[in-house]
Amino acid sequence: MRPDLEIIADLIKPGARVLDLGCGEGELLAGLQAEKQVNGYGLDVDPDNIAICVRKGVNVIEQNLDQGLANFPDDSFDMVVMTETLQSVRMPALVLDEMLRIGQECIVTFPNFGHWRSRWHLFLKGRMPMAPHLPHDWHDTPNIHLCTVKDFERLVRDKGLRIIQRFVAGADHRNRPRMSLMPNLFGAIAFYRLGRPE
Amino acid sequence: MAKHSAHEGSVGIVAPQRFHATGEFALQCGESLDGFELVYETYGQLNAARSNAVLICHALSGNHHAAGYHAEDDAKPGWWDACIGPGKAVDTNRFFVVSPNNLGGCDGSTGPATLNPATGEVFGPAFPTVTVRDWVRSQAALADHLGIERFAAVVGGSLGGMQAMQWAIDEPERVGAAVLIASAAKLSAQNIAFNEIARQAITSDPQFRDGHYRSANANPDMGLGLARMIGHVTYLSDFGMGQKFGRELKSGNVSAARDVEFQVESYLRHQGQSFSQRFDANTYLLMTRALDFFDPAGECGGDLVAALERAQSDFLVLSFSTDWRFSAARSKEIVDALIAAGKNVVSAVIDSAHGHDSFLLPLPRYISVFKAYMDRLAAAAGSAASTEAGSADAP
Repeated sequence: MRPDLEIIADLIKPGARVLDLGCGEGELLAGLQAEKQVNGYGLDVDPDNIAICVRKGVNVIEQNLDQGLANFPDDSFDMVVMTETLQSVRMPALVLDEMLRIGQECIVTFPNFGHWRSRWHLFLKGRMPMAPHLPHDWHDTPNIHLCTVKDFERLVRDKGLRIIQRFVAGADHRNRPRMSLMPNLFGAIAFYRLGRPE
Repeated sequence: MAKHSAHEGSVGIVAPQRFHATGEFALQCGESLDGFELVYETYGQLNAARSNAVLICHALSGNHHAAGYHAEDDAKPGWWDACIGPGKAVDTNRFFVVSPNNLGGCDGSTGPATLNPATGEVFGPAFPTVTVRDWVRSQAALADHLGIERFAAVVGGSLGGMQAMQWAIDEPERVGAAVLIASAAKLSAQNIAFNEIARQAITSDPQFRDGHYRSANANPDMGLGLARMIGHVTYLSDFGMGQKFGRELKSGNVSAARDVEFQVESYLRHQGQSFSQRFDANTYLLMTRALDFFDPAGECGGDLVAALERAQSDFLVLSFSTDWRFSAARSKEIVDALIAAGKNVVSAVIDSAHGHDSFLLPLPRYISVFKAYMDRLAAAAGSAASTEAGSADAP
C-alpha cells in the first residue's frame, strides 16, 4: 500500500464503517477490507477507476462530490477519508463540514502549495508551480482549490474543528524528521485527522 | 454466411425446456393455481458444487429466450445476447445460466394464454393477479427442480431488476449477489401513468372483448400495438430518437406526404404491429400491474432500508444517464438504502444516449463494469466448486 494510505489504515479500527471520498483505484478500502474487515464504501467518478475497484471487490459508488453528500445520514460512518481530493472539489469548506456530519472523525490529505518547490518555482520562474505532487499545467488541472498548510489550519480554526493528529510527507508520501520542523515549507503532502468542534 | 451455432461469443443453438410444478401454488392475491409450468432455457454447465448458477429475470416484454438462437435461420438472437454468452458479461464458460419465462407470461409458461386445467379453456382474463413475489416463489421452485440451492447471482434489468431485489429480500440465503440494472424500488406516479395509458389502449380496443378475445378468435391488435408504441417512446431518449430518426421523411419530399411520413412514425407502427402479433394482451395487463404494485418498502412501513436489511447478498446497481423511465435517481434511492443497511454494493451511472433500452445494448462502459463484477463472482463460485469437489474426492 502507498505509505500515506498505510498510515491512514493504521488509524482505522477493525470492523469500522469507512467512507472514502475520491477512492481512486480502491487501494485503501481493498486493504482495509482484507485486513480489518471494515464495512467500507468508496466514491469516485472515473469510469476506469470504478472497474478497477470492482475487480478488487471494493464497494465503489459512482457519485460526484460536487453534487453533495446529502444522501448520507448523520453519523453513518466511523471515519470519512479524503486523500488528495480536497483541492479539486468546488466547495472544500462545505465538503469538510459534510465529512464531519456523516462521520465521527475524518482524515484529509492535500498537496501543500506552500512547499518550498512551489515557492521557488513561482519566485524564480514567475510561473504557476509544477512539481511531482502538482504535475498539471494551470489551465488543465483538476486542482482548483490549492492551499497551504497555513491556509488549511486557518479554515480548521475558523470552523473550530479539533486537530487530532497532523503531519506532512514528501511527494513520495514518506515523512522525514526535518519536515516536521517547518511543515509548510518542507511538506509536499499534508495530513490531518480531524474531529468535530468540542 | 457463418452459422449461428458457430458464432463466436454466442451460446449457439438453444432449445427451451419445460418445468412442471405440481400441487397447489398459492398466490399473494389469495387465489391459487393447481400446479403450473415454466418454460426456461439454460446456458453453460452447472459445476459439481452447484455454485455457479445465475438466474436471469426478464422485463415486461421479455421471455426465456435470453441468448443464442432457436434455429440456424433465426434473424435475431435472444433478447440479452449482448450480455450473455462465452466471454460476455455473464460468461457462459463460467456460469450456468437459467432463464425462465415468468408465470403469467405468454411464451409457454402458465398464463392467460394457456389452458386452465379446471375448465379446459384458456385462462384469459380469469388468470389470477401475480406479483413480483409470486414470480420469485415460482422461480425458486424451478431452482429446486434444477438442484440449485443458491444462485451466485440473480440478475435483471427493469422489471427483472425488481425480481432480483425481491429475491434478495425473500430468499436471502439463496442469493450470492443481486444485480439490479435500470431498475427501481417502486414505480413513480409518472411511470404508473404510462402503464395505465397502455392498459387503456388495450382494454378500449373493441377486439379486446373484456379479455375474452381468444375464445372469439380475435385479438386487440390496435390496442396492444398502441400500448407498445407508448412504451417504446419511453424506453428511448429524446436524443437517441433524434439520432436514430431525426425528422427524416420516408419519401424525402413533403409534397409527396402520405399517412405515414416521418421515419419515426413508420418505426413505431412497425414495433406496435409486430408486438401485437407476438404478445398476449392479458399478459401485458398482468405484467404492468405487477410492475405498478411492486413496493417492498411498502411492507415495512415505507422504509426501504428495513426491507433491504433482510437481504444477505451483495448488490450491483447500474443505471443509465438518459434513462427517464427508470431514471438514475431511482437507482440511487436503492443504493442509498443499501448503504444505510450496511450491504455490500457497487453502483455506476453509465453515460449512454439510448435511454432505458441501454440495458440491452453492448455499451463498452456498461459491459466493462458488469463483466468486472460478474467475473469476481465467477472466481468465487469457481473456488467453492473446487473445494467441494476436492473434499468429495477425499477418502
